Amino acid sequence: MAPDQNVMPSDGGGASTALSIDSDLRFKRSRNVQEQAIGLLLFLCAAVSTLVTVGVVAVLLTETVRFFSQVSVFEFLTGTQWTPAFQEKHFGVLPLLAGSFMVAAGSALIALPIGLLTAIFLSEYATARLQAILKPLLEILAGIPTVVYGYFALTFITPLMRTFFPETDVFNAASASIVVGIMIIPTVSSLSEDALRAVPQVLREGAYGLGATKLEVSTRVVVPAALSGIIASFILAISRAIGETMAVTIAAGNLPNMTLNPLESIQTMTAYIVSVSLGDTPQGTIVYQTLFAVGMTLFVITLVMNILSQWVLARFREEYE
Amino acid sequence: MATTYDVRLGPEGAALEAKNVSVFYGDKQAIDTVSLAVPKKQVVALIGPSGCGKSTLLRCFNRMNDLVKGARVEGDVEFRGQNLYDPNIDPVEVRRRIGMVFQKPNPFPKSIYDNVAFGPRINRFEGNLDDLVETSLRQAALWDEVNDRLGESAYALSGGQQQRLCIARTLAVKPELVLMDEPASALDPIATQRIEELIYELKEEYTIVIVTHNMQQAARISDYTAFLYMGKLIEYGPTDTIFTNPREERTEAYVTGRFG
Repeated sequence: MAPDQNVMPSDGGGASTALSIDSDLRFKRSRNVQEQAIGLLLFLCAAVSTLVTVGVVAVLLTETVRFFSQVSVFEFLTGTQWTPAFQEKHFGVLPLLAGSFMVAAGSALIALPIGLLTAIFLSEYATARLQAILKPLLEILAGIPTVVYGYFALTFITPLMRTFFPETDVFNAASASIVVGIMIIPTVSSLSEDALRAVPQVLREGAYGLGATKLEVSTRVVVPAALSGIIASFILAISRAIGETMAVTIAAGNLPNMTLNPLESIQTMTAYIVSVSLGDTPQGTIVYQTLFAVGMTLFVITLVMNILSQWVLARFREEYE
Repeated sequence: MATTYDVRLGPEGAALEAKNVSVFYGDKQAIDTVSLAVPKKQVVALIGPSGCGKSTLLRCFNRMNDLVKGARVEGDVEFRGQNLYDPNIDPVEVRRRIGMVFQKPNPFPKSIYDNVAFGPRINRFEGNLDDLVETSLRQAALWDEVNDRLGESAYALSGGQQQRLCIARTLAVKPELVLMDEPASALDPIATQRIEELIYELKEEYTIVIVTHNMQQAARISDYTAFLYMGKLIEYGPTDTIFTNPREERTEAYVTGRFG
């Protein structure tokens, strides 16, 4: 077979050899176009979420800047009265922060120990059969709409609280904390369980080989080895509790109250945003802008907590190698 | 099929004796009626091709198989005149007296000191912990390399150092018997040599059963060698005999490298 000098790929294609190219192997332009089109489509899909995020942050920032052109940052961060809609306006965000903090702390008090103990049970103690029953149940807990949790707090937990503490307000921080705590148990238990399971079996065997009991293996080897992952799950759960809206709006009341008494009615940052969003607040007014200032505060807090948990998790990956 | 068995116990007797031990994982039989006595203060090597059951047998000796789901042990393992599989025996107490070193170094993600102190602490050791940690690290020939950085993470150590740390950790609970499951298989030749020298020194005080797939290693360090094949004990006798003049054809085929 003599090399045919004239048969060059018509598209040029960078082919510098004089050999004729078998049609099976020939570069196909149509496929290249197809590949590029798919790549572009995938890129656009990925871009949507990024653009939305950028857009949301941009809107938050502009309105927040407008708000702070009228109210000083100092007043906002240190004031103890939050009355933007009143005749005498005060823009101290501390009552809302205190409300969010109280719900977050109260729910953490419930969810962190119960969630962690559940995770230890599932990862170290439960038989395969018990796991098969318990894990779907926990997922159901995570799947209940938060509005249902809100009503559960109002119609079940609050009456229960009032039988023990008659002075409890109908809307109170404690009920909301309890119900948010129950709500975030699955976050703690499932992420902590992942962290516990990631601990290599050889570490458990090493401890058993030294005469450790199951409890000693779990508490002295497995939990410490998984600690970073467990802490990350705690931070994420608390971050969820701070961002939780529906249940606290229903159960905790809507009174920006500078208090740390859980039996009183309070308002969280999220509940405030809901109450103003649902009202007929005219755009461009200072009350309207408070939404963004509070939203920004919330956003910064949860962002910091998420970054914190990522950072803790990243550290933990180094640990067994 | 008969097993060739040529182990005479000295005046000190056996540290541990398996009698007709069989192990099942579910329906699968991994060990088939193995009997062997481990003489005190000697090194016994378990050799055989992959999957022959040598690790399984080793894990019977400190009830480590209890941790494997579906594992079942039949027969007796006698230790200090008692059957370890008697229902009244506490496996936790067994493991405190029969220590184990694993194939891959598995230090805890703690400091060097805390790794060694782990066993004594859970056993409520009441003496001077610092002294015990030092003694154990010296016994494991690691003290000189780590004495100035006991607070550092065990992961800062090399693989060979980590394995010696695991040996120190095991020695710190003062076991009567030490089981080693291919302790040098994940290490480089120099680290392996250190471990082998260490095993030779430990023989003064401890009885050691070591699983190895490295026949030269078995020949170098052990006093007695047991050859297992497909869950059965084929031949057990003095290491010299097993490697130079085995009585069973299959042993000879294996030690000369004709299969395995």
